[in-house]
This record gives sequence, structure tokens and C-alpha cells, in this order.
Amino acid sequence: MNYKMIGRFLAQIVTIEALFLLPPLCISLVGGEQNAVRGFLLALAVMAAAAGLLFALCRGGGGRLFGAKEGLVCVSVGWFFLSLLGALPFWFSREIPRFVDAFFETVSGFTTTGSSILPAVEQLSRGILFWRSFTHWIGGMGVLVFLLAVTPSSKNGSGFTMHLLRAESPGPDVGKLVPQIRKTATILYLIYIGLTILNIFFLLVGGMPLFDALCTAFGTAGTGGFGIKNDSMASYSPYLQNVCTVFMALFGVNFSCYYLLLVGGVKNVLKDEELRLYVGIILVTILLITWDIRGMYASLSEALHHAAFQVSSIITTTGFATTDFGLWPAFSRSILLGLMVVGACAGSTGGGLKCARVLLLFKSLRRNIHKVLHPQKVQAVRINGKVANESVLENTNAYLAAYIIIVVLSTIAISLDSYDITTNLSAVLSCFNNIGPGLEAVGPLYNFGGFSDISKLVLSLDMLAGRLEIFPILILFSRSTWFRK
Amino acid sequence: MNIIIAGDGKVGVTLTRQLSAEGHDLTLIDLNGDTLSSTMEQCDIMTVQGNCASMSILEQARVKNADLLIAATNADEVNLLCCMTARTINEKIHTIARIRNPEYSDQIYAMRSAFGLSLTVNPERQAAQEIERLLKYPGFLRRDTFAKGRAEIVELRVKAQSKLCNISLVEMYRIIKCKVLVCTVLRDGSAIIPSGNFVLREGDRIFVTAPTANLTGLLKSLGIITRRVRRVILCGGSRVCYYLAKRLEGDGVHVQIIEKDMERCRQLAALLPQACIVQGDCTSQARLESEGIDDCDALVSLTGIDEMNMIVSLYASSRGVPQVVTKLGRSENTALISSLELGSVVCPKELCCNTIVRYVRAMENQTGAAVSVHAIADGQAEAVEFLVDETTRHCGVPLKDMKLRPNVLISSITHGSTTEIPNGESMFQLGDTVVVTSRRGVLQQINDIFA
Repeated sequence: MNYKMIGRFLAQIVTIEALFLLPPLCISLVGGEQNAVRGFLLALAVMAAAAGLLFALCRGGGGRLFGAKEGLVCVSVGWFFLSLLGALPFWFSREIPRFVDAFFETVSGFTTTGSSILPAVEQLSRGILFWRSFTHWIGGMGVLVFLLAVTPSSKNGSGFTMHLLRAESPGPDVGKLVPQIRKTATILYLIYIGLTILNIFFLLVGGMPLFDALCTAFGTAGTGGFGIKNDSMASYSPYLQNVCTVFMALFGVNFSCYYLLLVGGVKNVLKDEELRLYVGIILVTILLITWDIRGMYASLSEALHHAAFQVSSIITTTGFATTDFGLWPAFSRSILLGLMVVGACAGSTGGGLKCARVLLLFKSLRRNIHKVLHPQKVQAVRINGKVANESVLENTNAYLAAYIIIVVLSTIAISLDSYDITTNLSAVLSCFNNIGPGLEAVGPLYNFGGFSDISKLVLSLDMLAGRLEIFPILILFSRSTWFRK
Repeated sequence: MNIIIAGDGKVGVTLTRQLSAEGHDLTLIDLNGDTLSSTMEQCDIMTVQGNCASMSILEQARVKNADLLIAATNADEVNLLCCMTARTINEKIHTIARIRNPEYSDQIYAMRSAFGLSLTVNPERQAAQEIERLLKYPGFLRRDTFAKGRAEIVELRVKAQSKLCNISLVEMYRIIKCKVLVCTVLRDGSAIIPSGNFVLREGDRIFVTAPTANLTGLLKSLGIITRRVRRVILCGGSRVCYYLAKRLEGDGVHVQIIEKDMERCRQLAALLPQACIVQGDCTSQARLESEGIDDCDALVSLTGIDEMNMIVSLYASSRGVPQVVTKLGRSENTALISSLELGSVVCPKELCCNTIVRYVRAMENQTGAAVSVHAIADGQAEAVEFLVDETTRHCGVPLKDMKLRPNVLISSITHGSTTEIPNGESMFQLGDTVVVTSRRGVLQQINDIFA
């Protein structure tokens, strides 16, 4: 293990987090919120100390190997660090008095989950609210991707940075858009920033106050879902809700599609199988749910409006709500539960299994069925006309296995708190897929505050595992990561 | 620049490493996915798996936006087809093809215009050329030419009985009557840019800048007898051997080739009427003795296996052959090898890569950019040739008044046709060619030399 390089990366991550803490600090300063200002300043001091210490301890090590293992460890430990330090403003400002709660809230923010332990968010100061939503935006595209975009690429053997991109970007087969990783990361962030600004613009046009627009756009862009109102999005006008519906869906699309659009590959984008599946699922489920809930709302168009918002919110794993879908019929709720698992496209800011994996799983399942009928048959699985690599298929199958095992174990673990099975299962699915609200006692109008500390930690771990796609977290528990044979 | 490299072989990887470190956007094409992913681990590049001569694969590699295509697969025909296909998609693209088959070497110019190639490289032929140059001045381990052949950097080893042992550089310049400059010393595997008080020790490898006209004088004053090479033994009948023998025949040198394979011997005998071709195992000491290793002027080991070449050269050095040259296919282990008595080491792959890198730099054509770069001292230092132009600072200022970066040395200044080894009073003018030695990777353009 190249501990020194990892330490230096961690120090850089902490530095960047400290920089991200400045905008909310300014808001608190302007608003004269003393507790929040103190919280931010103390947190900044701790971050400065941590970064300084890491930089001082970890000099050298540049010439040694930095491989896949180091990349994965860097990402997972980095995200733990990020969450631990990011929780400090909440805790120091005493707006979230218990550290476990603050940690849960921060993990939920960075992993773009949006599950909250706060019963009433409107009591928080504006600076803290801003930081809470801002964590979504930071976590959406990833801190290491940001780091790759801003740090000058090292001269020799810089291929290793690919491991960082691969570990932090979601999807079964992460590739570059352009040959140089730094340019790839920059392009991704530019698209991200551009779309966010567009979102803010449309919200402002609809008459949303600037602060609300910023926070809502951050929640949408990262597909996070922290609201700044107790009733999430319900009290905003239908126009604003529709803007959110559209932008949530847009942020769930693979960002490389946007890049292709920009460089003039419209045909390829329209032919993209994953995008077609994603749009198809959204349209079909909206129609099904609208039909199912038609009796609950005054008009069919209102039912359609709510169905569209909730489907877009759940499939992109955002977790905003305009209505309490916990009251919907069982069929609609089951569909939503299914959408939680499917998730958004690979290479987007959303979570879940990802449409690309679902596609691969279905195609390889079909191949296996053919194989039962014709044992000697040799068949390649194709995605977008290209033959998918067998190792990608293997990884996808392993991913599904790990996914199911973690869901089952976590559900059992949090069942110690005496909630019903629907609550527990939906809480795990919601956290693991980075969505936010679940069903029953963790539904859109309720929160995770009632869980015990242990459950909160389990769910926090689930959120991290879901955001980083399981394996970076799992290897932390493997002996061979830390010890030489 | 946007560069596509076809072929992830030895040349492909070396080029990829060098060019991606220089900040170019690289796309690598190869048939083998495993080698591609291992190269991708080392370098910041994109890869495409497939046949580089196929249009769809080239399109996937975005040949439309590429500025340069380098075809370096193991088949000449594929390289040619690859370049041709690329040009049908993108008319403006520059193409470089590696053509190594000797049967094509006479038609290179015709092929260049027919296929629209910007440059062809032939590593074996280049290696032969390099070895011939070394054999002309026995005593130098290596020669690098600058300023269109007017200045050279030569490599020497300080031997125990040498005049140079245990004297400082200032004294050395007094002993040697002609003007030269020691620009880099390789000691215990690390490169040093020396100052005047630096004391040479046995086993040092020194890199000396001299005007080309002074090379004979340098050898004479060092007591290294320059006897013309008259009899050369070439071990191994590879392609390099063929090119080299052809050249040496032209110079009137007697060439003796030892090759194991009878069929190859016959081919060589048909191609090289004057050479003496012997079938036999060149690693056998008895064979070498019977072929007269003790009274040859030089021995060049050219088999396809690096280990064999090293053994043969070690044996030749131990028998006191005045000039030994070793061809090595891999260049990674230079630090390990440098302690062995292998004589001059020539690596065809590196020569070929250097040519291509030089072409890329010329294409970039930035003002003040390096004209050529030669890696010296096992790649730990480099000698960079610059052209002084309008943007160059400190024109006409004596060197003693300039503040240079540490570990940077101005080694020679060529005004017109005369090359000067600079002292404190020297200065460069517009249009001069300046050779600078430095630690690796410091210099991109001439103004980088100033502190």
C-alpha cells in the first residue's frame, strides 16, 4: 500500500471540502447567524489542521506504485473523511446536537441520498441549510472527479488516476470521454455546472426566491433530495414542480450522452440502449401510476402531474416529494419500490443499480436461458451493437449478488428497532440506492430520526456503499487490502 | 495535439509514454485488449481494440479530429494500409509508418508519395546507421549529433589507467588541447551536471560536447588510439546485420557474419557478395576464437535475443576487442546494464521513437520550442537543441551575466558554420543553435533555461 500518496490525496480532499465550506459561511455571516458562523469556523479550523497534518506526514511516495487497490482505498477512505469532517458544522453549531445524527445527515448529503433525521428542517439557520443542500451538489459528481479536474496532471505514469475516476463514477464500465483524464473530468464538471445553472434559471423564472432556488437546484443536480421545507416540494407552484420533474430526469441521464450531443453525435445518443430503457421505464411507469391513482385526485392531469414528479424523483434517486405517496395504492407503491432498485443511468449523478446494469443483467439472463435450451451455443451479449466484455458481465453479476446480500443483512440489522418489515426494507433500499424517503414510518412526510444509533450507522454505511458502488467499501473489510501476504 | 498510435508493441508503448508525458491527447489502437488495458494503467490515454486498418475502428479512434497517425504494428503492409485508410477519412492528417522490411527499403520514396506518408521510420536501418557512426570513431560509447552535424555529444568511460582518472574538470581542459565541455557525468547510476571543480573517478561515464571537427583531436589527446576499423565481426544475421554489413561493405571494411540458421546464411550470402558469412553459434567461444576474435577491430552483437547479445559482448570485452557494440531490444534495464562491460549499447526502438518525437515537436512548431531532444545518461538527463528566435530572452548577453536554472548547462553554441564551446564571455545571437543539457523533463522551450 502506498500510504503516503493516499494521505496526500486525503489532504487534498479535505482542502477542497474546506473551500466548499466558504459559500455557506458567507451566507451565515451575511445573515448574522452566530451559532452557524461559529460552527463553520470551528469546522474550518479542524479541516485546516487535518489537511496540514496529512500534508506534513505524507511527503514523498510519488515514485511507488499507485494501482487499483490504492485508488479504491483512496476513494472510500476519502468519502469517510469527507463525511466525518462535513458533519462538524452541524455539530459545532449545535443545530444537530448529536454527532451520530450529524454524521448520518452529512453522509446522506454527500451520497445524494436525502434521508434526514430532522423532524423540522425549517428551524435550521440558512447557512446550515445551504451547506446541507450543497453537500448534494458536491457529492453528485464526486469530489475526486473535481480533484482530477483542478489539479495539474502529473507527468509520468498518470494512468493511475483512471482508478480514481472508475471508483467514484457510477456504472459497470467507466470510460473516458477524451484521452486525457483531466480534460474528461473538466468536461463532466462543466456539463454539471451548466445544467445546474440552467435549472436555477428556470426556478427563478417561476418566482422561486434565490436561496430556495439554489438549494433546490443543488438537491436536483446531485439527485439528492434534501428539501428546505418540511413538506419537501409540496408547497411550491405546479410550474416549479414541473421544472423539478424535468431536471431530475435530465440529471439521471448518462453525462457522456450530453457530451456526445455537444460534439454532434445526436444519432448515437438517440440510439443509446440505456437511454431508451431509462426513458421507456419512466414513461410506462408514469402511465401505470396515473391510471392507478386517478381516483385520488380531482383531475386526471393532476394525477399525471403527481405521478410524473414521483416517478422522476424515485428513478433518479432524488427523493423530493409533492405528495405523500405512502397513501397511494399498493400497486403504485410497489412500482416505486421497484424503481428504487433500478435507479438512473450509469455515469449520471443518480444511484440505484443503474439502467445499464439492468440491461446487462436481462441480456445475460436471456443468454443463459438460451444456453439451457442449446448447451453448445456460443453467444455474445451486445450493448449498442458492441460486444460487451465478459469481465463486465461477470462484474455485473457479482455486483447484483453483493447488492442483495447487503440489502438482506442491513434489513436484518436494523430490524432490531421495532419497526415493521415494510419500513425496514424500504429504509434500507432507500438509503442503499441513495433515494431518501422510503415507505410507512420513513415515508416522504416522516424521517429517520426514530432509528437507534446503530441502525443509523448501518444505514450510513449502506449509503456510502450505494454511492461508491459497493466494492470500494467492501475492500476496506478485506485483509489483503491492508496486509501483505 | 491529437495523436493516434496504432500498435501497442515495444515502439508503441515507448512512444505512448513519451508523448502522453508531453501532454498530447493519445488514442492507442491494438488487436489485443489485455496489452491495451495494461498500457492504460500506466498512461493517461484512450484505447480502442481492433484492426487499425479498418475504417470503423479508425473512426472510433476519432481519426477525423486527429492531427497525426503513427502506424507501428508488426506488419509493414498493415501500417501502410492503416495510413492510407486514415487519409481517406481525414485528408489533413499527418501519417508516420514504420516500414522495416529490407525489400521495401529501396522504394521508400515512391511509397511515401503514393501513400501520402509524412515520414517513414525503419528502426533496424537507423540502428545500423548509428552503429556505423560509432565504428568510425572507436572509443566513444555513443554519439549524438546536433546543429545539423556541427556539434556532437559523445560518451566516454573513465578507465582506471586513463589520463582523466582522479583529476578535476578544470585540469582536464588543460590536458586536452582542443576545446570540449563535460556536460553530464553518470556516476553510480545517477546523472550529475558537473561544475569545474568536479573530480572524475574510475567508472564514471562522461558526456562530452565537442565541435564535430575536434573529435579526432579529443581522442588523440586522451591517448585513445584511433585506428581505422578494418575488420568487424557481426554476431547474428538479423535485419540490422544486413543493413550494417551493406554500409560497412561500402566503406571498404571487411565484414564477417556468424549466423546460426543455414537458410538465413544463404539469404545473406546472396544479398552481401563481399561479406564472409559463417554458419555457426556465435555464443560459442570456440567458434568466436576460430573466427578470429583476437585480431578483429570491432565486434557487434546483433542476435534477436538480448541476453545472448550481452553474453557475446561481455566475452568480446574480456578478450580485449577494441570496440564492442551491443544491440538491445529492451531499454528498461539500462541502469542495471550500465555497470557491465558491454561497450556501446544501441537500442533500435529508442532511436526510432526519438525520430518520431522529434517530428511531433517540429509539427507543434511553437516559437522557442525544442528542435530536438536526445535522452542521454540512461535517460536521466537530456540534451536539447534550441533555435534562438525573436522571443528568446537575454540575446547578446554574456553567459556569466545570465542567471540559469540549477542543473542546466549551455553546452554548445553554433553560429553559422562554427561551433563554439561556451565560456563566461560567450553569448548567443538571433539565429544561433544552442544545445542545453539538463535533468530530464525540465525544458520545454528555450526560455525555461533561465532562472
